[in-house]
Amino acid sequence: MFLYNLTLQAPNAINQSILGNFSGTRQQELVVSHVSRIELLRPDTTTGKVHSILSHDVFGVIRSLAAFRLTGASKDYIVIGSDSGRIIILEYNPIKNVFEKVHQETFGKSGCRRIVPGQYLATDPKGRAVMIGSMEKQKLVYILNRDIAARLTIGSPLEAHKSHTIVQYCTGVDVGFENPIFACLEVDYTEADQDPTGEAYRETEKMLTYYELDLGLNHVVRKWSEAVDRRSNMLVAVPGGTDGPSGVLVCSENYITYKHIGAATLTVPIPRRKDPLENKERGLLIVSGVVHKMKNSFFLLLQSEEGDLYKVTIDYTGDTVNEIKIKYFDTVSVAAGLCILKSGFLFVASEFGNHQFYQFGKLGDDDDTPEYSSNDFITNDDGTLDVKVYFKPRPLENLLLVDELASMSPLTDAKVLNLTDEDTPQIYALCGRGPRSTMRILRHGLEVTEMAVSPLPANPTAVWTTRLTADDKFDQFIIVSFSNATLVLSIGETVEEVTDTGFLATTPTIAVQQLGQDALLQIYPQGIRHIRANKQVTEWRAPGGRQIVRAATNSQQVVIALTGGELVYFEVDESGNLSESHVRREMSGNVTCLSIQPLPAGRRRVRFLAVGCDDNTVRILSLDASNTLEPLSMQALSAIPESLVMIDMPDQITAGSLTTLYLNIGLQNGVLLRTVLEQNTGQLSDTRTRFLGARSVKLFELNMAGNPAVLALSSRPWLSYQMQSRIHLNPLSYEALEYAASFTSEQCLEGVVAIAGNALKIFTIERFGQVFNETPIPLTYTPRRFVVNPVHKSIAIIESDHQTFSALEKKKKLQELGFEANEEEEELDPVVFGHSRSTPGKWASLIRIINPATEETTFTLELEQNEAAFSVAVLNFAVEAGDMFLAVGTAADVTLAPKSLSSGFIHIYKFVNDGMGLELVHKTPVDEVPHALLHFQGRLLAGVGKTLRIYDLGKRKLLRKCENRSLPNSIVTLHNQGGRIVIGDVQESIHYASYVAADNKIVVFADDKAPRWISCSAMIDYDTVAGGDKFGNFFVNRLPQKLSQEIDEDEAGSKSVGKGYLHGAAHKVDLMAHYHVGDILTSLAKTSFVAGGREMILYTSFMGGIGIFIPFQTKEDIDFFQTLEMHMRNEMPPLAGRDHLSYRGYHVPVKGTVDGDMCEQYNLLSGDKKRMIADELDRTPAEIQKKIEDMRIRAI
Amino acid sequence: MDRANLNSQLEHLQSKYVGTGHADTSKYEWGVNQARDTYASYVGHYPMMSYFALAENESIARVKFNITEKMVQPCGPPPERKD
Repeated sequence: MFLYNLTLQAPNAINQSILGNFSGTRQQELVVSHVSRIELLRPDTTTGKVHSILSHDVFGVIRSLAAFRLTGASKDYIVIGSDSGRIIILEYNPIKNVFEKVHQETFGKSGCRRIVPGQYLATDPKGRAVMIGSMEKQKLVYILNRDIAARLTIGSPLEAHKSHTIVQYCTGVDVGFENPIFACLEVDYTEADQDPTGEAYRETEKMLTYYELDLGLNHVVRKWSEAVDRRSNMLVAVPGGTDGPSGVLVCSENYITYKHIGAATLTVPIPRRKDPLENKERGLLIVSGVVHKMKNSFFLLLQSEEGDLYKVTIDYTGDTVNEIKIKYFDTVSVAAGLCILKSGFLFVASEFGNHQFYQFGKLGDDDDTPEYSSNDFITNDDGTLDVKVYFKPRPLENLLLVDELASMSPLTDAKVLNLTDEDTPQIYALCGRGPRSTMRILRHGLEVTEMAVSPLPANPTAVWTTRLTADDKFDQFIIVSFSNATLVLSIGETVEEVTDTGFLATTPTIAVQQLGQDALLQIYPQGIRHIRANKQVTEWRAPGGRQIVRAATNSQQVVIALTGGELVYFEVDESGNLSESHVRREMSGNVTCLSIQPLPAGRRRVRFLAVGCDDNTVRILSLDASNTLEPLSMQALSAIPESLVMIDMPDQITAGSLTTLYLNIGLQNGVLLRTVLEQNTGQLSDTRTRFLGARSVKLFELNMAGNPAVLALSSRPWLSYQMQSRIHLNPLSYEALEYAASFTSEQCLEGVVAIAGNALKIFTIERFGQVFNETPIPLTYTPRRFVVNPVHKSIAIIESDHQTFSALEKKKKLQELGFEANEEEEELDPVVFGHSRSTPGKWASLIRIINPATEETTFTLELEQNEAAFSVAVLNFAVEAGDMFLAVGTAADVTLAPKSLSSGFIHIYKFVNDGMGLELVHKTPVDEVPHALLHFQGRLLAGVGKTLRIYDLGKRKLLRKCENRSLPNSIVTLHNQGGRIVIGDVQESIHYASYVAADNKIVVFADDKAPRWISCSAMIDYDTVAGGDKFGNFFVNRLPQKLSQEIDEDEAGSKSVGKGYLHGAAHKVDLMAHYHVGDILTSLAKTSFVAGGREMILYTSFMGGIGIFIPFQTKEDIDFFQTLEMHMRNEMPPLAGRDHLSYRGYHVPVKGTVDGDMCEQYNLLSGDKKRMIADELDRTPAEIQKKIEDMRIRAI
Repeated sequence: MDRANLNSQLEHLQSKYVGTGHADTSKYEWGVNQARDTYASYVGHYPMMSYFALAENESIARVKFNITEKMVQPCGPPPERKD
């Protein structure tokens, strides 16, 4: 087995976000890190939309990001702290749209180690130095400067190490142009490590330390150190120099302190939510903060772990701070990063769930929210503050949500199913946490936003849009052709019919074109109508008895095909008249389609005409004056061509020119071909083929995201577009369309107008590159697992939240506290504000049934008595074969650390109401948490702690039938085929067991050689298991063939099972593949996306990624991709400085897997490098690109 | 390679890489180093932190804070020295 890994959707959780002018223009942009991927986002401040400009896989772990700008410069650089043991400085090149590595300096070993820097980054606000720190001991300071040619230089590292010191946070202090200072929160454990009484540990202090970089001496010194609260977790630098008083805010549990050398300490409490259910013992942490500087003032936004934003203002005179004030601002989701744009927007990179982009409506200056000042609070002698102040949370008042970026993180479980009988299966995924969680149904296809639908009197055959003059910015007319008439609609505030346009309304239309400077052209079967701006009409009549069948136009050239296959060519002459060329050409068969090259701006003529004929050919003809309509080349096809489109796409495939001319051919058998048309010779080469659907393919040229794109209509619409040096071909999630045209108006810059049945539809496509579009169904608590009832096709989900009041508990507690029930009417929306937090060991949990057809919840059951659900299975019992049952494994009073519970339970429910409801049959107490349940031969197989049991259905409870206690820790996954059971242990990887019916016992006969902390697993075939672990590895284990047979033939089971060996099973499985994905896998499934396509392994990961492993079919392919991967490692080393091979072999060396994402970066190489690698592989660059593309197409 | 050189090399390693063992490493020291290494690795791997945060239903920043705090004394106070 040899696998090819491809990411279908990259993980979209964000762990770091920074703001800067990375393009070097005045536009502010965001750079975010998705752990192993770095992405540039460009917010459009006029529309409020955030666009992804560039996303690059760095094959490493990005732990910290920082932006800096050299003094006087206008462009920001990006610094990356990663697991590579290197500091990386990147620059964004907006012309090539790439991140360029400016500096890479090695300082230590790779890996996320305790003493190797990379975890913390702090930059001097004036861009003179950067500090990179580790969790313990090491801190390095690099001086940044520029050389004579104004290039960025980086000095050798200066050490600011302090051993036996744990670092909590680092930030750069704003000191203007004085020597750069970095502030760190540190704890020295030297004393605590030596003192057996624990006294020293209790007295250990957390220190705020200033490290000063002496630029004159080139040396770092500890300048100042002061004890702060032990429960401090974060620092926020206050603007300094000419902008403010300098210094830092130390965020501790419950309060914020202002500190600076030689300055008075000021303390203000963090306001808490007014909530009767509040746990007063629990401290409140600040989790993120951002400073916003305006012309003459600044303010800070801090966010608490509940998601509440606080506005902090600092009143100062000169360098002296008089007062700090804090007030509640608004509540958004808890952020991993906050960024405020100068144009008045707030970007919230949520730690879980969708990321939000807000616009500031106001700055919370003049509302009645209470404001608290540091002058009103007196601290204790030790500097702490134990006052609690409150605010009343309310819906958004200052912020306005303008855009959202989808994030499926955390993705806890997923399955690939086709429950709604569509062409392709859907992915059902459990996403999100607490009240923000959703079940998302993902369908393969780009998301389409419908703008308008209007019915027409009859079924139209075609539609066009046109401008009136060459200078028009927007389309003015929509022309709709019916089988015997033509309708002209004008585009304005509304779309209305117009009649005095010069168009012939009593005939169907073949083509419409804005011609020359200000004329219009209507081509209809009997002739051509040339409508001048003054409504003067010139007609060209088709010769007697013959009709025009096809036409191709651009704004200067017109070609028509007459019945019988004759081509006539026209050009616009100097005076704006349409003049017929004296050359005509008879084609070998009937012309079925025509296409003319798009006219580049400023040109009067293009060279190529493509003609498709019913003898299964496409010919390229010349339109040059010297050899008009001379054939240049020809391509034979497998079917009659239905439609042709030539477009120029910008890329670097053809050396020396920035665009490549593609000829797209849609065939009547549903196949789309894309061929490169050589610009000089007109030769056709490098054909890519793809089957789109059962209907013949019609093609239309569009403009999408500023680039030309092709819309292909078959049994579903597809879009071929170019993004980040790759041509993508994705289906649209939309109904089948008959005909389409691009549509540009003031309201809708890049739209499409299309015909479906008798309706005219206008729609736009926005989220390019997102191959899945999602339909969310809201849930109440964090979803854990789900199963599908195969008979009724309903979905059962279990949801559990720790530290949360369940609805019942909340009611009870409120009544205890004497609150009336009617006060709940003004209850806060939990989706924004979260559920009321309870104490550890308290749970809220429910069981939910969803009908996937209607996408609605049909049944919920909230668990009582502090029970939480952990596992679920659908089954039918042999004793009651007619009914479907749901088994839910729960436990009561679970605490996480130390692990404890009062009792576990297995609930048995019977499906009622056609599978849309549940009815409790009985509850069976068990001694441990049942983490895995499975239907097994008409009975229930349950992993209860480390015990594996078979239960049968009894009258009052489940009946224990068989038990095995030999598993090491805790059973988390179970699978079976026949009598073979595959068990995943939480720490000890996969175990193979077999159920011996004769003896009624389960015997474990094989296990893994290595320990693995299993997070998910799937049985690929009878002998093979794929699994994922909590460190982000993927592996495949296989039972040796001979052993597998022996076990099955030996009915008694005892002989070949053998005696245990070294505390494990007698036999060991073979490792077939091993690969570090970089994110925790949460589900695995063997599936096939394309109907009748190849089977592959689909995985989902915790941070919202979806990927696949495709098995190679030939030895040649394996060799090819392995060699390509090897060359790619050399020619394009990962951006974050991590060695690719060692990243993919993070814990165990890579085995039997090729990294397809690495191979796809081939497209990003320069032409020279592409050719160099291609030479090594004895192929052309185009062949390599085709092979890479084929791998992806085969999958999806 | 003579013994003195070997020792000096070892000492160099021990001073450069925190947690390098020596002949007299006690069980406590070994455990403390292992725990600190583990916690540092947790903090470095963001997916792991979010995994914990989801299980505990806490914010990631709170989980990071707790883990960093634990690094100060991960295995309780050191045992009494037997001199």
